[in-house]
Amino acid sequence: MLLGIKRRFARFNIVQFCILLLVLVIFTVAFIFPLGALFSKAFIGEAGAFGLANYRSYFNNPTLSISVWNTIHISLITTVFSTVFGFFYAYAIMRTDIPGKAFFKYIALLPIFIPTVVHALGLVYIFGKQGFITRLGFDISLYGKNGIIISEIIYTFPSAFLLFLVALEFVDGRLYETCNAMGVKPIKQILHVTLPEMKYTIVNTIFVCFTLAFTDFGAPKVLGGNYNVLATDIYKQVAGQFNMSMGAVVGTLLLIPAIISFITGRFISNKNSSSLNAKTIPLAIKKNFLRDTLFLMFCSLIAMCFISLILSLFIGALTSYYPYDLSLTLKHFAFNDSAGGIGSFLNSVWMSIFTAAFGTVFVFLYAYMTEKTQGLCILTKYGKLLSVLPLAVPGMVVGISFIFFFNSQNNPLHFIYGTVAILVLSNILHYFSVPYLTAAGALKKLDYEFEMVAEAMKIPRWKTFLRVSVPLSAHAIVEIAMYFFVNSMVTVSALVFLYNANFKVASIAITHMEEAGNISQAAAMSLLILFINVAVRILYEFVIGIKKKQAIKGGL
Amino acid sequence: MNFLEIKGITKHFGSQTVLKDINATIEKGEFLCILGPSGCGKTTLLRIIAGLETADCGQIIIEGRDCTFLPPSKRNFGIVFQSYALFPNMTVLENILFGLKQKKDMSASERKKKAIEMLNLVDLSEHSAKYPRQLSGGQQQRTAIARAIALSPSFLLLDEPLSALDAKVRAKLRSEIRMLQRKLGITTIMVTHDQEEALTMADRIVVMNNAVVEQIASPYAIYNKPASHFVADFIGAMNFYSEGEVLRGIRPEKIKIVDREPYDIKALVRELEFKGAYTRIHSTIPGKNTEMFIDLPSDKVESMELHRETMLFLQIPDEHAIRY
Ligand SMILES: Nc1ncnc2c1ncn2[C@@H]1O[C@H](COP(=O)(O)OP(=O)(O)O)[C@@H](O)[C@H]1O
Ligand SMILES: [Mg+2]
Repeated sequence: MLLGIKRRFARFNIVQFCILLLVLVIFTVAFIFPLGALFSKAFIGEAGAFGLANYRSYFNNPTLSISVWNTIHISLITTVFSTVFGFFYAYAIMRTDIPGKAFFKYIALLPIFIPTVVHALGLVYIFGKQGFITRLGFDISLYGKNGIIISEIIYTFPSAFLLFLVALEFVDGRLYETCNAMGVKPIKQILHVTLPEMKYTIVNTIFVCFTLAFTDFGAPKVLGGNYNVLATDIYKQVAGQFNMSMGAVVGTLLLIPAIISFITGRFISNKNSSSLNAKTIPLAIKKNFLRDTLFLMFCSLIAMCFISLILSLFIGALTSYYPYDLSLTLKHFAFNDSAGGIGSFLNSVWMSIFTAAFGTVFVFLYAYMTEKTQGLCILTKYGKLLSVLPLAVPGMVVGISFIFFFNSQNNPLHFIYGTVAILVLSNILHYFSVPYLTAAGALKKLDYEFEMVAEAMKIPRWKTFLRVSVPLSAHAIVEIAMYFFVNSMVTVSALVFLYNANFKVASIAITHMEEAGNISQAAAMSLLILFINVAVRILYEFVIGIKKKQAIKGGL
Repeated sequence: MNFLEIKGITKHFGSQTVLKDINATIEKGEFLCILGPSGCGKTTLLRIIAGLETADCGQIIIEGRDCTFLPPSKRNFGIVFQSYALFPNMTVLENILFGLKQKKDMSASERKKKAIEMLNLVDLSEHSAKYPRQLSGGQQQRTAIARAIALSPSFLLLDEPLSALDAKVRAKLRSEIRMLQRKLGITTIMVTHDQEEALTMADRIVVMNNAVVEQIASPYAIYNKPASHFVADFIGAMNFYSEGEVLRGIRPEKIKIVDREPYDIKALVRELEFKGAYTRIHSTIPGKNTEMFIDLPSDKVESMELHRETMLFLQIPDEHAIRY
């Protein structure tokens, strides 16, 4: 018996066990407990009884429940457009011979670098009451459904595009060579080869776009008008009317599409994983004048939309009083104190730096512990299971759950409420999964025999970690840090519930400026966010470039 | 006294038995090969010896001390994996220094001296500033060996150290590793699935199959007195034929072809397979559907003017035949 225990724990490393336990406890307390608080709020009625009473009163109130249908409506339309556009845009880059592919690729990523409120703001400059297009005589009645949909398409397009881009890269070129040899027409090739090969990506993209549009707060906040959606409802219920139960109910509703997509995603990815095969051969692209011209026109059109969106921000921020006085000025960069001044921008930068720093360390440790711990099977499995949960939890839900959990007076962690720490924590958890998958993927590629050799050489584990695992995952680490930084610069959703009046962040300041009618200042602030994010991205490409050069010269 | 004792080691992964009651001993300075088809549990056994894996039952005794529960860092061995596991972000020299830096009783210059000495030993001194990717397979392999012996371990574990190399380099490295091992007098356990490698390199061979040890003996004994049908079949080529109730085996090169009585078996030539120095004659025993291979020097086959369907009279020397 004693010997059995001894055998079981012969490979047991106490330090590693403690760190594994620590990251799991942090994650559980900071993520699972708040979600628990949310659900208990939603399911416990006014009388304190457990049940569906809150849901009954929600659906019996037509002014509230109409939002459910509104949200589904805009999400569906957004999904259709984004998926189709994203597919053809990616197709143009991977499968046609158009010029300027790198240009088109980076332009398509622009929306990622600015908050969704800014997409909406750009649309105001183009289609709003004083918009360029509106003044030409075309009024698309921006405020309401139309505006939200256009804004959500801009928001979700980069995700759809990137998913398709990756998928198209992995389709085997030999299939198409065979088709060409058999004389199958290009349209038929798309219908019968490309689309079936990408079933999984298509389903995945549809879910991703739907979920993003379903839970976005920024666009409906600016453009919604009287058109209510769930994300604005939850905000109004909690921040406006202090109706926490209704807020919790809406929060759980926001979870539904992500949970469905999460479950189906697991289900199909299990069936689909075998079709990825390492021996695929890249496709040789032949010229085709008609095809290339059509795709070039399509891509240019999309790129032009994005460019005009950004351009409108420049015009708004740099002219005295658009559209009446178009003289150039920098005065809008002197932000009003009511919106936090330049301080809110600096706050954002600090918050993002903290998020990037702590988030990267936390994610990497978490991934290392769950990937490379021998023996503690139950704990590592639990860790891996948890790691993907944040994918299913939208920012609004993270935010409201944090309120329920951390703002409760008898929570010993109450002290972080209202500080920058809670903003950083919510960002790290909200954006946890993608960096985790990046880190775990990088670590999986490292030979597990590195650790064994090092152990045989009597090198302590931490030293192997620092001298081998970390440098060999440098690429992933830089990528993770960039991801955290850029996303916490642009996020609004979770923060809108958690920020403190003394520590306003830029993305939220933009919504306030816009609300107060200071849209030139909002545009100026948006530009600052865009600049710093693009700068970070360029820095990232630069660092990766250096790494690659080193790799060609030397070892890696 | 034995240097290392493996006593009743048993290991399961889930419901699969990977090692079943393995017993073996290794003497000091010996070169032992663990030979067996892939998946038979060789690597697992090696990892248990190293302490990188714990057995479900059994003991590992090193120099008379029970080390079953000792962590790898306390067992004092060097290890080379099939993948070599060289740290790609370090140069050849840094790879070797990485372990030496743990030796607090050495000064920096002593460490460097030791590392360079190791590189000289494996003839890599002019490549010391290169990264692993810039080396050929054989050079990577030798770097891994230099790294493994740099800490002056009391024994060396090699897991299929040559299997990733092409045939020419492999043959050369076999003798190099053996020479180095003799020079250092270091006790070595090498895992391989290549019977030729085991036969040429080992002092003794442990033949494993399906989680059990089939035979432990010198290469000569393994080849000439295989203890089981599996060993006979796995090592070298072996003809099996039944004689009445018993199954008999004979190596192709031990069969003699004679002109007339007395002979043991008649066989019909099916095909001649030219293999360079010798030629393998494929033949069948009429009416029995049993194949027999006969290896003869190619010159001799030439002079015999054999054709398909030629009838051969075969003598099977009793001292070379085995019976089960
Ligand atoms: N960590 C592990 N978990 C589960 N099964 C394993 C593990 N390591 C090895 N095995 C299984 O144990 C058997 C023996 O493996 P191994 O010792 O690597 O064989 P060999 O080195 O002889 O090829 C194989 O069937 C393998 O699949
Ligand atoms: Mg093996």
